[in-house]
Amino acid sequence: MFMFEKAIVGSRRYWIWLFCLLGVIAAALCFYLYQFNVGLGVTGMGRDVSWGLYIAQFTFFVGVAASAVMVVLPYYLHDYKQFGRITILGEFLAITAVVMCILFIFVDLGQPARMLNMILHPTPWSLMFWDMISLGGYLLLNAVITLVTLTAEREEVAPPAWIRPVILLSIPWAVSIHTVTAFLYSGLPGRSFWLTAIMAPRFLAGAFCSGPALLILFCLLLRKMAGFDAGQKAIDTLAVIVAYAMSINVFFILVEAFTVLYSRIPGDVAHLEYLYWGLRGNHHLVPWMWLSVLLAIVSLVLLLVPSWRRNRLLLPVACVCVFLALWLDKGLGLIVGGFVPSPLDTIATYTPTLPEWSIVLGIWAIGAFMITVFYKIALGVRKEVGEMEVHESTLVAGTASH
Amino acid sequence: MKKITRKDFLRLTGLSFLAAGAIETTRAVTGSAPSANASPAAQSSQPVRWGMVVDLQKCQKEKNCDICIRACNSAHNVPQFDDPKHQVKWVWTQPFETVFPFTQSSYAGQSDAQAPVVLMCNHCASPPCVHVCPTQATWKRDDGIVMMDWHRCIGCRYCMAACPYGSRSFNWFDPRPAIAHINPDFPTRTKGVVEKCNFCEERLAQGLSPACVEVCPQKALVFGNLADPNSEPRQLLRQRFAIQREPELGTGPSVYYLV
Repeated sequence: MFMFEKAIVGSRRYWIWLFCLLGVIAAALCFYLYQFNVGLGVTGMGRDVSWGLYIAQFTFFVGVAASAVMVVLPYYLHDYKQFGRITILGEFLAITAVVMCILFIFVDLGQPARMLNMILHPTPWSLMFWDMISLGGYLLLNAVITLVTLTAEREEVAPPAWIRPVILLSIPWAVSIHTVTAFLYSGLPGRSFWLTAIMAPRFLAGAFCSGPALLILFCLLLRKMAGFDAGQKAIDTLAVIVAYAMSINVFFILVEAFTVLYSRIPGDVAHLEYLYWGLRGNHHLVPWMWLSVLLAIVSLVLLLVPSWRRNRLLLPVACVCVFLALWLDKGLGLIVGGFVPSPLDTIATYTPTLPEWSIVLGIWAIGAFMITVFYKIALGVRKEVGEMEVHESTLVAGTASH
Repeated sequence: MKKITRKDFLRLTGLSFLAAGAIETTRAVTGSAPSANASPAAQSSQPVRWGMVVDLQKCQKEKNCDICIRACNSAHNVPQFDDPKHQVKWVWTQPFETVFPFTQSSYAGQSDAQAPVVLMCNHCASPPCVHVCPTQATWKRDDGIVMMDWHRCIGCRYCMAACPYGSRSFNWFDPRPAIAHINPDFPTRTKGVVEKCNFCEERLAQGLSPACVEVCPQKALVFGNLADPNSEPRQLLRQRFAIQREPELGTGPSVYYLV
């Protein structure tokens, strides 16, 4: 089934890694059962901050999923050949990220057993309905695309012609998943922090730097661990994409800050004040938000200077900075900042609890497990095809010499 | 007869699921908004829109009075949790300055700013919670009451993010152990669902007024049909200056405050 035989042969290191991840997942499962039995009160959430780390992580990973478009679009629309080796990595990353998103939503539900009520009572005027459609559709599209293109690659034939329109459809679809996710927040009348038209563009800019940054790190890791060469040109181009997207992302954040701070409407200012300066003695998130700012500045400096961006040691540092900066900004501050202060001016302190962190870590472990297995399969197929080519060429060379 | 192979069977099952889903979706897209569950009053020729007028002066006469809150809590099995994070509130009070931010100048007396204001679900004319609910577990009736189905709610808490009034509470734990005396005439809830004030629709169906209105010693809460120009709340709203909470959001709250 789907070339899974490639995933069950591996080095000792491969198996140790997978079993470690399984251990983390098992621990998270125990914590989830605890949460399932006792209630969501075991998390740090409460009546004022009613969405926390789970939904924030969901939001962040929708971005990672959408970012696959940054390798798919140049390769399929502009015939940028250098990305030929890594589009499959981007698509597998998208599948993994969407599965993580669905899991983050699942663990956030108070009554997970009733989840199918969303399909039983479809509600097109709710944005969550459309989020379900767009995420589900994106998962399906990428599953079909990876299966078909990888099978074709293995059999050394060109992919069937019908897959091209499917791939082209996945490009606007990727944009749609993050747009709809932004609309979840930006359409709520009582939450001024989220009530901004730039939310969706900002989400996309953030996605298109954090996702490719992660992909660069994966490529560098694969070069070291599995001898897979993504091609220096491809990595350089990805770095340029990260540089542009990060600049646009920071620009959007500054634009947002200008409107809020210059207009000085108290209700709007309060949220930014809480996040970056602290509100009425509550400085809970301030260090984290400034860490995010610092990381963003460092990453921009490293990415904008061409020689540093191409430096083999500095590029991974820049990518880690981009990823962490956005993780803090979108995976933490954006959601919590929208709830504090509450409409009734309550400043609630939200601190994720041990069960909450463990469950989040477990879902990351599931993501790491999936990406490991997927990349193992992809590289396994590449290697097999490569070896056969080498074998054939030596055969040809051998017969020629006779 | 042709034998159905396992593959055929799976294919057929898949297709029928798809078809069923498609029918439901079409029905939802083409059909109207959540069907209203008309109350007996709404079935008469007169249109009904239930609403409440709170006379803040009368309400604040008795210091630290919480009779209406206690009446509501015991009538509706509202659980009592100590941790403010996990509290479930149907009717509660908050200081004036937090309920009506920016309505007072900084020259107003400190006691006025801190005076308690009684709060409940506003039963909005255009309720954001109903718009966002992905399962129609919350919906608006023809008589204006915003209802909850505690058996359908999946606990996603989108409605809590959408409500601009903080009127919705989530059951972070099992609520039953936190109810002192269970009223057998009203359902208790389970953990993981959202709940809120229902304008005592179960009492309205019996021709009674809401529990909070009935017990108020000052008669500070006036309940009635806002669609009827001669109703008691409408008369009050004609005579005196009243405000709503955040009317600029366009939600159209059915709860008015006389100041």
